[in-house]
Amino acid sequence: MKKTVITAFASGLLFGLGLLLSGMANPEKVLGFLDLFGAWDPSLALVMAGAIAVGLPVFFIAGRRGRTLLGGQIQLPTRRDIDRPLVVGSLLFGIGWGLAGFCPGPAVVATGAGEPKALVFTIAMLAGMLLFSFVERRSDG
Amino acid sequence: MTIDWNAFTPYSALAGGVLIGLGTAVLLLLNGRIAGISGILGGLLTRTPGETGWRLAFTVGLLVGPALWLLVHALPPIHINTGYPLLVAAGLLVGIGTRYGSGCTSGHGVCGLSRLSPRSLVATLTFMGAGFATVFVVRHLLGV
Repeated sequence: MKKTVITAFASGLLFGLGLLLSGMANPEKVLGFLDLFGAWDPSLALVMAGAIAVGLPVFFIAGRRGRTLLGGQIQLPTRRDIDRPLVVGSLLFGIGWGLAGFCPGPAVVATGAGEPKALVFTIAMLAGMLLFSFVERRSDG
Repeated sequence: MTIDWNAFTPYSALAGGVLIGLGTAVLLLLNGRIAGISGILGGLLTRTPGETGWRLAFTVGLLVGPALWLLVHALPPIHINTGYPLLVAAGLLVGIGTRYGSGCTSGHGVCGLSRLSPRSLVATLTFMGAGFATVFVVRHLLGV
């Protein structure tokens, strides 16, 4: 098996365990964070802080190296423009996030935990992604 | 705004965040890719040649996390109180929105902010603002 397949699996595993440990695989806890004007649970902010504390030096190093430890190319996004799709897409995502308390990662992890409702959300989310690529491909001509 | 001290779990939140950061680090430094989950899932659906293997492996890693956890400890609580029609609507919005906006909480929130990307900062402020507003409307205006 290719090394990059094993490392990607390890990455997904770490990411999933982190979501479980932090409580972010639980939509009730995420909605507790989004309920800024009710009884507010700040936990999600600390999850982001913990992840970014690791991410900052790692992305700095990655940006300078340009190559992975296995010798491959490091692909970083290059766009810097703030356009309509970025804002409108993020608005739609935020509304969906606020309705159910699920974003993509936690939905997949909760599906792995055997939650039927998480599976239903994930299928709808994948359908939304497919619908988007279908429309995008058609408008590209 | 009042802080719900009973629900607030600072230590497990920080520790879980660090694990998420480490997962991101592994994918970046060994695969050279951004751990943006909506991008990974969306990419699986559109099947870019040469990119399917690692994306599938990452997704399987996310899926088997709970099984590995269960070997050591009972799973933490997962409460989904949203009804099925709303869950489907929310799923569609998250699917379309994350692809149109090129990212979600992981790609824009964790990776983008770690890269100090202005695009990701705008995206994160936008989806968090929309999330706060949605919960405010649902819980405090409609009283659901």
